Amino acid sequence: MSLVTEIAILVLAAFVGFAVISKIPNTLHTPLMSGTNAIHGIVLLGGLIAISEVSGWFNDLILVIAIAFGTINVVGGFLVTDRMLEMFKKRPTPQAQDDGAEPEGES
Amino acid sequence: MTVTGIFLRDNTFLDYVYIVAFSFFIVGLMMMTSPRTARRGNMVAAVGMAIAIADTLLRHGINKWGLIILGLAIGTAVGIPAARNVKMTAMPQMVALFNGVGGGAVALISWAEYRHFGNSLGSKHLIPTLFAAIIGSISFWGSNIAFGKLQELIPGRPIMLPGRLQTVLNASLLTAAVVMAVIIASGTHSGLMFFFILVAAAILGNAIVLPIGGADMPVVISLLNAFTGLSAAAAGIALDNIAMIVAGMLVGASGSILTNLMAEAMNRSIPAIVAGGFGGGGAAIAAAEGAEDRTVRSTTADDVAIQLSYASRVVIVPGYGMAVAQAQHAVRELTKLLEANGVDVAYAIHPVAGRMPGHMNVLLAEADVPYDQLREMDDINPQFPQVDVALVIGANDVTNPAARDVPDSPIYGMPILDVDKAHNVIVLKRSMNTGFAGIDNPLFYKENTSMLFGDAKESIQHVTEEVKAL
Repeated sequence: MSLVTEIAILVLAAFVGFAVISKIPNTLHTPLMSGTNAIHGIVLLGGLIAISEVSGWFNDLILVIAIAFGTINVVGGFLVTDRMLEMFKKRPTPQAQDDGAEPEGES
Repeated sequence: MTVTGIFLRDNTFLDYVYIVAFSFFIVGLMMMTSPRTARRGNMVAAVGMAIAIADTLLRHGINKWGLIILGLAIGTAVGIPAARNVKMTAMPQMVALFNGVGGGAVALISWAEYRHFGNSLGSKHLIPTLFAAIIGSISFWGSNIAFGKLQELIPGRPIMLPGRLQTVLNASLLTAAVVMAVIIASGTHSGLMFFFILVAAAILGNAIVLPIGGADMPVVISLLNAFTGLSAAAAGIALDNIAMIVAGMLVGASGSILTNLMAEAMNRSIPAIVAGGFGGGGAAIAAAEGAEDRTVRSTTADDVAIQLSYASRVVIVPGYGMAVAQAQHAVRELTKLLEANGVDVAYAIHPVAGRMPGHMNVLLAEADVPYDQLREMDDINPQFPQVDVALVIGANDVTNPAARDVPDSPIYGMPILDVDKAHNVIVLKRSMNTGFAGIDNPLFYKENTSMLFGDAKESIQHVTEEVKAL
């Protein structure tokens, strides 16, 4: 891909990023920060590509660490965000407890 | 190999699949901006990530499966338990840590690429590699310091060189890193110099975050998050990977907007935060006011119980101190009891109560506090003059009237909850220590304020017993 194409994509992605976030409620700042945090775990792909290109044990070592770091970023990031957002679910009203609604025997 | 097999491993085809992957990121992000769809949005983004990873693994030329699986396994083995077990109160530092490893990964990838290819990368790939190395290293070290401060491994107060030395140091480090990068980019191959670039950026990352006070840490984490996004996008250009370019830049752009929104919510400017020193002025102000004529009224649990039971309106102002003491369940029990006695109870939520914007809502939701009792700052502030008792539980800085009244205060201009306008204020606090921002609070010395010292959870439990006994 040519550099100009890549920079065009970069600029367009920046505008999409700006447009998507421009107005969000205060309460969602933290989960959203955590969610975008998980998305930049995409660096994991860089580790996968790079380790297949390089040679030498030290380069391999560096990149295994990089892949592990990237994986922590992705897996941890999405899980933590999900745990936070779980708290935002609509609570059932006290009368309509969902305890009884859960059929037994279903895992 | 079957026809489908060849087709699947065709890198041009897989480039199209990347487009599907980053479309998921964009849709996921859009859904995450509304509370109703946020959780599904996060899952959509996660599916996008799974597609991007599978796509990359299918690519022609991917080898060293043993090492790849090792890296993925270590990352999963560390990431899942860390994310599962972290307490809701510790969420901000966890986010900082996850952000840091992302930045670290970028720096390491750039380093390995340069070690292997050297200047044969060509300027189209070399320049973004150098950029990614610098930003990634700053982000890794900066995030670690942010984690250390929030985890209280490092003091939350600003740590900096005197006077303008700090600015000089930061500027020199940045200049050194950039100059070395320019030397490499202009054709000098030096593995050692590349390593020194990483080191200079690492020291810079430490030097930028150490002077920043704990209260500004969420904004800093958000800023570093945007940095990591940018570095990932740069690494994407270096590796000709379209998914990395788009996803990295999405985070870079949305992260900077988010940082700005957060800074606005705290009435702070990003340059002022990065310049540092917030929270350092507390001692000077306390001294200026003259500590000797200020008295603090201490109260007892049975007294508080009487005040609460005979009030018609009570507003609870929860802070991080409550969450740390895991007192939210006890508070919930107390409010139920008061409501049964006909007292009108509401919770006043400051936008940045806790350690991050929206953090307190998460902590209260965890304790099953009903949403309709939560009041946003702008709704509750005009009502404080009609409130009989404001019960402040471990919330220091967000109730500090100095932000409104004392122009010299480091937090001057920050929007606060006007609890001092309530008829009576009861502050639950462990001791007279200053809050997270390290600033003295004039609220504690007001005539209608009384302090109930002790562990928040125990205090609330005592009050609850006394209310029951009445």
